[in-house]
Amino acid sequence: MSFIRTGIARPESGEDQGGLGSGPRHDPALAGVTLSVKGIAQLMPMFLRLDRDGRIVEVGSTLAKVLGENVSGQPMEKVFRVGRGWAPNGGFRGEPGHTMGDAQFEALPDPLRIGDWSALPGRRVYLGLTRHPDIQLRGVCVPLGSDADGVLLNLSFGIHLSDAVRRFALSDADFAPTDLAMELLYLQEAKAAVLGELRGLTTRLEAARAAAHDKAMTDALTGLANRRAFDFALGRSVAGVRHGGAPFAVAHLDLDHFKAVNDTLGHAAGDFILEQVSRILREETRQGDLAARVGGDEFILLLRSPVDPGAIEAMTQRIIGRLERPVTFEGRECRISGSFGVALSSQLEVLEAERLLAMADAALYRSKSAGRGCCSFAGDNALEA
Amino acid sequence: MHGLINKSIQCFLRDSYGTALWEAVARETGLDTVGFEAMLHYDDAVTERMIGAAAALKNRPRAALLEDLGAYLASVEGLRRLLRFGGGDYWDFLRSLDELPGRSRMALVDLELPELDLREVGGGHFSLVVSGKVPGWGAVMAGLLRAMADDYGALAVIEWEDSGREERIDVTLLEARYTDGRSFELARPQREEAPA
Repeated sequence: MSFIRTGIARPESGEDQGGLGSGPRHDPALAGVTLSVKGIAQLMPMFLRLDRDGRIVEVGSTLAKVLGENVSGQPMEKVFRVGRGWAPNGGFRGEPGHTMGDAQFEALPDPLRIGDWSALPGRRVYLGLTRHPDIQLRGVCVPLGSDADGVLLNLSFGIHLSDAVRRFALSDADFAPTDLAMELLYLQEAKAAVLGELRGLTTRLEAARAAAHDKAMTDALTGLANRRAFDFALGRSVAGVRHGGAPFAVAHLDLDHFKAVNDTLGHAAGDFILEQVSRILREETRQGDLAARVGGDEFILLLRSPVDPGAIEAMTQRIIGRLERPVTFEGRECRISGSFGVALSSQLEVLEAERLLAMADAALYRSKSAGRGCCSFAGDNALEA
Repeated sequence: MHGLINKSIQCFLRDSYGTALWEAVARETGLDTVGFEAMLHYDDAVTERMIGAAAALKNRPRAALLEDLGAYLASVEGLRRLLRFGGGDYWDFLRSLDELPGRSRMALVDLELPELDLREVGGGHFSLVVSGKVPGWGAVMAGLLRAMADDYGALAVIEWEDSGREERIDVTLLEARYTDGRSFELARPQREEAPA
């Protein structure tokens, strides 16, 4: 592995500290200037200075707050978990150049040797906090004047900013005025508020949509499905049978003597009766069936549970029996009954919704002719339709 | 006008004067009492009619009502926190006011706030020229600045003037840290408050 170099930084040598392939370039020191520790901390409150043995020399004010104890003189490994960007002395596995051959690796900056570790100047390095394993700092490392002066790192919280601000109770004074941390925190809160408003708007729109849908599909007085909802459900059942789905039945119910109640006792009584009827239909049908009010005193049941003519007959008789029980409205007795006409989807060779309804209608007509209060099934040959 | 501004006014009227007043204002303005959606846009005239109706019903001058609105805005916790991001103390806060419209655009690109031009006269005197699309922003800002002075615990005299040509607020900062003010932690409170 001849391309792995272990030399330490020699900034004074004028060698390039930058990226790949830019060639040697002179990197002069700031002319005649000495920066104080306080000055550096104001520029970089998260700075970390290490000596060449990897011991902590100085830290910035914010980093001191984060570390929470005096760490001067301690080896960096005691305080930090060395993360990506560092290599044990002698290797930079995974860095660009490793698989690219000697020529390109030659173009990498000289690694800085810090104790047992090496880092590339100007590249990202990561340091986890030993005492807060979930927070990892991101930084950049540069050599100081001479080898003996060690290195200077500037660190930041990166994506752990919010957690760090909370954990270490940081304030805006803990960030350099050039740091965008405040803007990030501001945006995070503003965005949360905006999202809250949008979520509220979506919830309100969804509720309005659901209400509009229910209104379009239900009968306002009884809460049963309306004609539109029934046609929709019937269409789906017809399509289901055509695709090999389960057979079904429709039971057309027309109330008997309802007009008399309405005429003699008034609309309020009529409405009361209709509500009673819808309750009975709801209670007598099974889950999966659909009861719809399709006209003034007309109802259709879409029976989607396993179709058994005997069971349907029994159900219609139960319903008629309950319809015929007299009810009292404002002290006056109301008596009605009902007639059923039933058609089964299996009775039609080629199933069509309209023909099936016509068959149920014809059967209903027979019930009416037979003296009302009874149930008729469509004839098997379906000729009456 | 941005729905957020209209909804803020709606919340101000409801929280300060009660639901009945808001409903009366909505009726006068020809609005549904449900009010505004914060993320939609509305005709500017609606805002003006709403403010006019509220001022008439409360028998309060329009400017006084708008000052109260400004103070109310600074009291809404979510908004107060966003304002406190402006600076560590009232001095810094004042000097960050120019950035306020830009900051809000970072969060809501289509939110049009008045342009704020802060001039530092010296000796703790500032003057803030407020230029908005509709008149009255000066009064809102004056109310807001007074409330924020309390929030920061600063001692300041804030006067507002509408010369007809421009709306100007004069701030005399006597002491940036007169009292402790209300607490402000950078970290977002864990339990979020319900949005206003």
